[in-house]
Order: sequence, then structure tokens, then C-alpha cells
Amino acid sequence: MKLNQLTIKQAQEGLRNRKFSSVEITKACLEQIKKHDKKLNAFITITEREALESAGKADELVSQGETLQDKPLLGIPIALKDIFSTKGIRTTAASNVLKDYMPVYDATVVEKLKNAGAVIIGKTNCDAWAHGSSGENSDFGPTKNPWNTEYVPGGSSSGSAVSVASDMCIVATGTDTGGSIRHPASFCNVVGLKPTYGRVSRYGIVAMASSLDSIGHITKTVEDSAIILNTASGKDPKDATTLGFPIPDYTESLKKEIKGIKIGVPREYFIKGTDPQVSALVKKAILVLEKQGAKIVELPHTQFANPCYYIIQPSEVSSNLARYDGIRFGLGRENFGDEAKRRIMLGTYTLSAGYYEAYYKKAMQIRTLVKKDFESAFTKVEAIITPVSPTLPWKLGEKVDDPLKMYLSDIFTITANLAGIPGLAVPCGFAEGLPVGMQILGPQFSEELLFQIGYAYEQATEWHKQKPNL
Amino acid sequence: MNYTPVIGLEVHAELKTKSKMFCGCSSDYFGQKPNTHTCPVCLGLPGALPVPNKKAIEWCIMIGLALNCKIANFSKFDRKNYFYPDLPKGYQISQYDQPFCQKGSVKLANGKQIGITRVHMEEDTGKLIHQGDSTLIDFNRSGVPLVEIVTEPDFENAKEVVEYLKKLQQIVRYLSVSDADMEKGNMRLEPNVSLRKKDVKELPKYKVEVKNINSFRFVEKAIVFEIKRQTEILENGETPAQETRGWDENKQKTVSQRAKEAANDYRYFPEPDIPPIRFTQDQISKIKSQMPELPIAKLSRFIMDYLLSEYDAEILTREKDLADYFEKTVNDAKDSVKYLTIRPSPKIIANWLINKRPDIDKILPARLIKEIILAGELTRVDDIELEKVIKKILFENKKAVADYNSGKIQVIGFLIGKTKQHFPKADTNQIKTMIGKLISLYT
Repeated sequence: MKLNQLTIKQAQEGLRNRKFSSVEITKACLEQIKKHDKKLNAFITITEREALESAGKADELVSQGETLQDKPLLGIPIALKDIFSTKGIRTTAASNVLKDYMPVYDATVVEKLKNAGAVIIGKTNCDAWAHGSSGENSDFGPTKNPWNTEYVPGGSSSGSAVSVASDMCIVATGTDTGGSIRHPASFCNVVGLKPTYGRVSRYGIVAMASSLDSIGHITKTVEDSAIILNTASGKDPKDATTLGFPIPDYTESLKKEIKGIKIGVPREYFIKGTDPQVSALVKKAILVLEKQGAKIVELPHTQFANPCYYIIQPSEVSSNLARYDGIRFGLGRENFGDEAKRRIMLGTYTLSAGYYEAYYKKAMQIRTLVKKDFESAFTKVEAIITPVSPTLPWKLGEKVDDPLKMYLSDIFTITANLAGIPGLAVPCGFAEGLPVGMQILGPQFSEELLFQIGYAYEQATEWHKQKPNL
Repeated sequence: MNYTPVIGLEVHAELKTKSKMFCGCSSDYFGQKPNTHTCPVCLGLPGALPVPNKKAIEWCIMIGLALNCKIANFSKFDRKNYFYPDLPKGYQISQYDQPFCQKGSVKLANGKQIGITRVHMEEDTGKLIHQGDSTLIDFNRSGVPLVEIVTEPDFENAKEVVEYLKKLQQIVRYLSVSDADMEKGNMRLEPNVSLRKKDVKELPKYKVEVKNINSFRFVEKAIVFEIKRQTEILENGETPAQETRGWDENKQKTVSQRAKEAANDYRYFPEPDIPPIRFTQDQISKIKSQMPELPIAKLSRFIMDYLLSEYDAEILTREKDLADYFEKTVNDAKDSVKYLTIRPSPKIIANWLINKRPDIDKILPARLIKEIILAGELTRVDDIELEKVIKKILFENKKAVADYNSGKIQVIGFLIGKTKQHFPKADTNQIKTMIGKLISLYT
């Protein structure tokens, strides 16, 4: 096995036992990037010099006997979605507006990862401002799916999913406003976590839609996902929406038996229009977890979730993007791409006097109903399993001219953002040579349970071990 | 004049909290080097998030309580979206439909109640500095806590407005929540003025807002000017335009700044970065208990406790510092200068403070007492002489004596006053003691 293929867990162990050094892992990752990124376009910025420097420092600390408790991610190369502010490393949000923007501060999560010893290897490509489901909205060119470069890798955290799937790093961060972590994770056969809203600080992450943005990560295994959440989660005095809910050691309960767990399947998520191959793979996956099959649950307001999301989200986007006026930093507004302009116009309209009541307010009421749907479903079952995407990855360019069709690819993921609940995307098979993922949803702050279910599934299957042929 | 002015007022007061409204930067921006009190939050950098200043919210509620407002049990912040170069986020965090305080009132001297519509919390903007062809932006002020106090259109003339403004300024200074210094821009005034025919109840169909006024005098002039201007228009059978005007001190008139037709649609929506705020009755009571005595309470207490005239008490309580100094001096005169046989009465101290205006920042109360005594402001009257006069007064004022002996002891002020007509510089304590000794003999 090559060093860049390691999981966090394996890298941690190898580094402690001095089987290899952080510099060696980092070099292996950088080499993989150099070899394949021209083709895949997963990175916007590669921080080779800084990465090797901090890897060197990490090795020094290891030799001085630094413990895993103090620096759990010591020497582990990590890629950051390019909307995480990084002090002194340009942060573009994959938009020309910010193509030369150099933050003066680190996002809270970046600070935490750095303090835990992680080695930042670069900033990954994404849909500009995280607007998109395919990675094609990047002003730095589309990212390609490593399983077939003619296909999209999903979005908006496209580069993060691709960099992990193609072993250019050990782990990558992402953001999920309507599925932007889970979606590309499922298209690239990796694990993606959208934590509970308020579990991970949003401070320093370029805001898309503030009431929906969740900060998570993409990893090679469920265990790795738990390791990162241990570091990233917690109340942040700089983010008033983070909550002080206790943080368990997510890795500790991972291997807990899940026998007898009640899993629900929502009727509304296995509908016409979903690729039958996708439905079949997800149903098969559920049988692995529960031999008798899952209980059917109802989430009756699901049909309104998409229109509701496409009012709330652009409304907040229109306000959040107002600061990019070209006066203090960044370039002028003419540099916004079509999708950002579309959302600014939509959101400005839905917030306007006379329309606010009819659109934004109504959408917020529906949002409450969607949330209540889940609350009532979770009184009957402990977790819900659905497909991540209704379709297989599609060809680059296929949906670019049809925004509505593109928006529908989020149909199964946006509900978790509206309800503020966590979702874990786990690989569950292949169709036509392309990956398919399922998502495990649970009540707010049930990440522990999601990891247990995901881990149990991983132990019983081999999908996550499949690697693309680059 | 056939018209009655309808005037409402919006006042912005900057709070003097240590830190800004949504970040840890110092809010003490006045006279500081530009852009030295800034951080990602108040510069609106990508990814920065606001965290509300608890102290500022408590102070906003204090102002609301002092203005007899109802305090909301549930409140929230909203985004007010508009573009201006001094507004780094492209929106101002303010409060829209659920402000912290609503429905209060302030009583004017003539007994008229001015309704307070709302008191809400928001953030200040940066400052534009125009230099030749270019404009510079100083963000030191960006994010300084700002409380907006809105009245009902209850004023009918400029005098009432100025009286209200002085009261409001006095209240926020008493609460020590704002310097309310007009010159420094801590307090900004925006009257809106319109006229309606006498006997008409409905509000006029137009409203003229006057902005950027930085003194009470200018607000008075601007309102007087507007009433005259609008009367002329109305008497010509026309309706004044709905617009925003500014006061031009050089030209001594208001000038049109912006027609209301082009008014902004602020696209208010709940601020998603700040969770809604709930207050329990306990929390509100706690804030209330932390409030210092307000001017109106202090005034009546001074009249009662120190036997001051309303006129004197009003002057002494205008500013909290002077009121505190007065009380300290009265207490010192009682306690710490016991070796003195002559002690200046509260009335004498009050007179001295009002007429001589000593520098209370420099002269300690004990020293002031000595100064008063040394100046011969009071002399010890011969006891026999005094007794004679008082006996005569008691004899001539049987009703007062009876009242006193039946328990209405406050009439002693009246008797002291009578005595002072004979001995203007006498020590009140000496007179008081003597009256007390003699009065029971006259039942």
C-alpha cells in the first residue's frame, strides 16, 4: 500500500510506530496530486512548501514523544475546501471575485485542525460559492470524477471528494448546505459527513446560506470521519449558532453492536424518477443492516422541501454575497458567474417588500413542517436510510443548461439541512461502473449512532475499499 | 395658523460599552487612528460571524425600562439589506418586527404624554471621509452598539421636541449607558414633520424627514423652518413632497436630500447568524434592579428629603454628577465635619452650587463646606435672638404648628423659611433645632 492511500487511523498508527514519517506521507500525496490533478482538477491551490514545512515539524514532535491525546491529527495531510479561510493562503470560494483574496485569519475549524497537528496540503476546487451539485460552476474549471473523467464528481465539495477518492490526501473538509458533502462523497465512493447544524463552527467559512450551512468532511472510512469530528466539533464563542451539546469521543462507541436497531425507510424517498439501480442498491444495503428489512416511515412534507429550500437558500445567499462589492477586497460584481447571479436575483426577489410573506415566510413555515416530519419519524425509528442522489453521476455538461434539473439532484439531501439533522453518506455499491451512496439520517446530535451504523455496514461490505483506476 | 404640526422623532444613541456590538473590538473610536479598532467581524470579511454583546442588550433594555416600555419576552435580530460603502457586510444587523422594547411613554412638564413606539438595538456603520477626489473609509465606528428610540408622532411644536430630547439625554446619561454627546455624534436626531388641518384626526398623507442634525438648537430651527415651509405649500393648495431633507446651518434652512419615491426596500429577514433571544421575567427584573435612580425620582426625593424648591432640585438633578456631588456634600456636612459648630444646610449647599458653580471635579465636598463657612455664608445667630423670632412666628402660624404636632412634620420647611426672612444667612440646622425645641409648647 502506498502512503497516500492510508486512512487517518493507519497513518496515526504508522507515524507513532515510526514506520514512516509525515514528510513521507505528505510527499506521497503531493506526488499523487502532481501525477493526476491536471486531469482531475481537484485543487485550486497546492501548498507544497507550507505542507512540507509543517510535516517536518510534525515529525520532530513525534520524535519528541508528542501524544495522540494532544495532537490527534499530527502529521496527517488534509485538504481544505477553498471556502475555509486560511491565514496567508489565498481563499477563492472558487470564484473570480475572490481569486486574489488572502485571508488575514483562520477559520475556527482550520485553527482546530492545525492545533491538532494536521498538515494542510492545499485548497480544493468546488462550485463557486458552493453553489452547485456537479462542481461545474467553479471559475477554476470543473473537477472530474476519478471513476470516469467524463462524468461529474458531484458538488459542491467536488475537489474534496475527488482528492480523497484519488488518494491525493488522507482527508478533506467540506461544507454541506443542501447536500454538498454527501452528494460528491456518494459520486466518488467515499464517506461524507454533514454534522448537526450547530455542531461545528461556521466561523471563517465563506457563508453560503447561513441557516443551512453545515461544516463537515470527507474521509475514506467511517472511523476517520469520527476522528475528524472529535477535533472539529464543539461550541465556538465566535459562532453564536454553535451549541454546547456534550462532545462524546466519537471513535469510542464506533464498534458498539447495533443489533435490534430500528431503521426507517421513507416512502417519499423511493419515488418515480429515482434511478432503479440506485434504489435497488440502497435497499440491498439496508438488508445488510437489518435482515427483516426496514420499517416504512412517512415524511409527508418532503415534496415541498425542494421549493422551500430554493427560496430560503437564495434569500440568504443574496444577503451574504452583498459584501462582495469590489470596494474593500476582491474584484467587482461583474465577476460573479451565472449561478451566483441567478441566486442573487432569486433571493432579492423573494425578500422584497410584498413578496416576503408569500415566499420567504411561507418557506420558513414549511421548513418547520419538514423538521416536524423528522421528529415524528424518529419517535418510530432510530435512523433513516435513503439514497444520497436520485441518479448516478451524470456526464459533464449534461445539466449545465438546465438549472432546475440540476437543483433536483439535491432532492434527498436538502431535507437534512432544512431540519438541521446530521447525515452520513456511505458507499453502497456500483452501477454502470459508477459509485452509489446511501445516507444515514438521525435526530439532531445523533452523530454517534450514525457512525455506529455506518461502521457496521462498512465491516460487512467491501465497497469503501474500491479504488478508481486513475 | 389653520394647521397643527404632527412631529415624531427617531433618536440614535451610541452605547459606551467596552466592546462593539458583535465583536471584541474596542468601541471607543473617537479620535483614534483610522482602522485600528477593527477585526474580521466589523470589517465584514468573508466567513466572519456576529456574536451579540450581552451588556449592550441589557443596556438597551434599561433604556426601554426607563422609558416605561414593555420588554419583549421573545426578540430577535434582523438583517436590513442596503448598499453603502460604509456598510461592510452589505446589510446592517438591526431589529425589525420584534424589538427588545415597545410601547413606552415620557411625560413632559405640561403633563402631556409622548408615546415611545419602540427601542431597538443595532450596529453603527463606518465613516466616510472625503478627501479631494477620493473617499476614504474608517471602520473604527463600524459595529459600535447603537440604540434607536422612536416616538409616536405626538409632538406639536419644536419646544416639546427639545424638552423630550433633553429628558432623553438626561436619562441615558443617568443610566451611564451613553455619553449622548451631540458633538461627538453619540446622539443623532431625525425628526419627521408634517401638518394636518386643525380638528383632523388622521395622520397626514405625507411625511418629511429631516436628517443629520447634530444639536438641539438645530433641531428646533429645522422644525420651525419646516412648519413654516409646509404651511406655505399647504396654503397654496398643494401637498408637500414626501422626502428626506437635511438642515443647512449656513443657509438656515432645510434642503431636499432624497425623494421618498426612490426609498430603499430593505428586504428585512431574521438574522440567521444569531439565534432568537428569550427573556424571563426574572432576567428583566434583575436588569431593573441594576438601574440607578432616574432623574424624575431623584428630583422628588430632593424636594422631600432636603426641603429644596422644585426649581433648585431640577437644576441639581439635571446632571447625575452634580446631583451626586450635592448629596455627598450634604452628607459630609452632617458627618465628617462634626467639629464644626456651624453646618451649612442642604439649601445653602444647593444655593452655593447653583449660583457659584464650583468646579466639582476639582473641589472635594469637605473643602466646599469649609469654603461656604469661611465665606460667611452662614453665621451662628444668637440663640436668644433666634428664640424670640421663632416664638413670634409660631404664635402667628397656629395652623402650621397644629399640622406639625399632628404629624405633618414637613411644614417645618415653611417655618424655617419664615425664620430665614429674618436671618437670611442663618444655619438651617440651628433654626431647625430651635423650632423643634419650641414647637411642642404651642399646641
